[in-house]
Amino acid sequence: MTTASLRLALVGAPNTGKTSLFNRLTGSSQKVANYPGVTVERKSGGFVTPEGRSVTVLDLPGTYSLRGRSPDEEITRDIVLGRFDGEAVPDLVLCVADATNLRLTLRLVLELKRVGRPMMLVLNMIDIAKRRGVTIDLDRMSQELGLPIVTAVAVRKGGVDELLQRTDEFLARSHEATASEWATPTIADLKAAQREADRIIAAAVTLPTKPDTLTNRIDSVVLHPVWGLVILAVILFVMFQAVFTWAQPAMELLSDGFSALGQLIHDLLPESWSLLQSFLQNGLISGVGSVIVFLPQIIIIFLFILLLEDFGYMARAAFLMDRIMGGAGLHGRAFIPLLSSFACAIPGIMATRVIDNRRDRLTTILIAPLMTCSARIPVYTLIISAFVPATSLWGFVNLQGLVMFGLYAAGITSALTVSAIAKFFLWRDHAPAPFMLELPDYKVPRLRSIAIGVLNRAKMFLYRAGTTILSMMVLIWFLASFPTAPAGAEGPAINYSFAAMIGHALEPLLRPIGFNWQIAVALIPGMAAREVAVAALGTVYSIEGGKEAAEQIGQVLAQKWTLATALSMLVWYIFAPQCASTLAVIRRETGGAKWMVVTFLYMLALAYAASFLTFNLAQALGLH
Amino acid sequence: MTGDPNCSQDNLQDIRLGHADRGFVGKIIRLDALVTGSSLSPQELEQRLVEMGFVEGARVEILHEGTIRRDPIAVRVDNITIALRRSEAMAVIVE
Repeated sequence: MTTASLRLALVGAPNTGKTSLFNRLTGSSQKVANYPGVTVERKSGGFVTPEGRSVTVLDLPGTYSLRGRSPDEEITRDIVLGRFDGEAVPDLVLCVADATNLRLTLRLVLELKRVGRPMMLVLNMIDIAKRRGVTIDLDRMSQELGLPIVTAVAVRKGGVDELLQRTDEFLARSHEATASEWATPTIADLKAAQREADRIIAAAVTLPTKPDTLTNRIDSVVLHPVWGLVILAVILFVMFQAVFTWAQPAMELLSDGFSALGQLIHDLLPESWSLLQSFLQNGLISGVGSVIVFLPQIIIIFLFILLLEDFGYMARAAFLMDRIMGGAGLHGRAFIPLLSSFACAIPGIMATRVIDNRRDRLTTILIAPLMTCSARIPVYTLIISAFVPATSLWGFVNLQGLVMFGLYAAGITSALTVSAIAKFFLWRDHAPAPFMLELPDYKVPRLRSIAIGVLNRAKMFLYRAGTTILSMMVLIWFLASFPTAPAGAEGPAINYSFAAMIGHALEPLLRPIGFNWQIAVALIPGMAAREVAVAALGTVYSIEGGKEAAEQIGQVLAQKWTLATALSMLVWYIFAPQCASTLAVIRRETGGAKWMVVTFLYMLALAYAASFLTFNLAQALGLH
Repeated sequence: MTGDPNCSQDNLQDIRLGHADRGFVGKIIRLDALVTGSSLSPQELEQRLVEMGFVEGARVEILHEGTIRRDPIAVRVDNITIALRRSEAMAVIVE
């Protein structure tokens, strides 16, 4: 038993701090993958106990019961029951409970007990419970439940020592699983279990005479019918201003670093190796560099999302938005997936699994790509900084930030409109799905957990920059460099390349919306990832205009594009289905190509129509 | 809200939680999911309500209301807070 590593599974209701416990146990040794055949995130990690035994931990999706109402909850049920193909049965089930809020978890514990697996109850956030005056008679509760209980403070260093020790003790003994008595509970079962849970709580827990009023006091402002919405708007506004202004110094540093590196490589190589020089400096370093520059912004946006989630605000936002989104045919729960789509539509679309009604989920998936994802930021910032002056309005609003805010607002408005239209045409007879959500007590955000979360996202982004984007950059450099210009040819060499041929072929189609052939060339690799278009424009223009231009793509664009073209390009990027991975995820999540094709076509049609309008209107207004 | 139940109340004390105002404090008498405006089947709605802690005898208090048509509502059920729409809260009979 000591040689093989112990398999531990974390189970618990939402908001019990299960993820921070997982983060505390496994630190940065986490692997995030997908369960085979489904798109539910599989989070695993490992640690070594004080006595040197190795343990692998599986963080199962949060659930209130084993009924399995959504794909996530089915995974939890099937793994706990040992029915999941390709996943070993856990040796020990750790049921995580919020010590301040035991009612719902204890019912789940009673249900899990019927499964018959070796189990331990972890009372997390015991420090908060103590501070609030909740006293728990652990011996009594352990006796009533017939389970070992440990307390933990996942957010504090050393807060899981007891858990580690008890895991060692558990390993020292041998454990037999008993036969599972679990069957899908009926209403009567659920009620009986809840009554039993309430009885145990009454016997073992003393609640404070004065309940926690802080959460209530915060909520009376944050959930206020008027002030609540004002606060939500302010939070979103600050978030987008921050993405624009806070990230600036770090971005300039990265950008300067990459151009210095490119120049260094250029100078180190002998002049006779001009092809390699050009490949390394213009293709590789400036290409990848121009994407990595946006890392600070991605970190800031995820920092905001994770902070708000950890604080407990996300559920409140869903509460505030439920009716407003309901007017557009959306479920309140769609708010979190849609908000995640501001970072990237892929996690957003994957997060729609919390919506258990299929039609609500499809609507959310259809419009998630309209939310301004972080991959659009490079394109937006490039064009905005080239064409919009950095003046400030009324002393505190940055005009560039305001335009950015406008682009986000346009994305949101169009998403709501599309949703309303979809509701009207696709499922007219569809009654709204229920909205039922626990509003957890506010908690001080757990910085370590957030740091791990942000780090994971940053890694994912860098991985993308290092693989997909890198290979696309090599491809576009190749397309833009070959075939080489014939000897004695006039004009820039790129005019003779494959890229020019493709660009010229597409140009007639894109001319009505103001795009030149260089944009047409950049849009092709931009299908792999939106931000590649920026690097592609850089490559196309820098090869055309010499090495000075590579450092200032924006300046070049300001010279070569009219304002009408720039605006048309911005509008194009609000709508265009320029992301192959998003389309692939839609296909996977909806179980077929149909909705992927629908998404691609409707977004393309919207993009073309909106850009056509914008370009012609701008020209009519004389914006050249 | 469609299918607004015509209050088949057993006695004058019983109210459907979906009709109650902010600040209402009461106790759950029973669940009756047969006539609500919810899109869920009565059985599924009842199961979900029980899973969220809405069981007979629990103390409920309406803490907050949404902006539009005072919907959804945030309900304190014993010592947890659940947000739900009034159409689903219709299944909860309180006194």
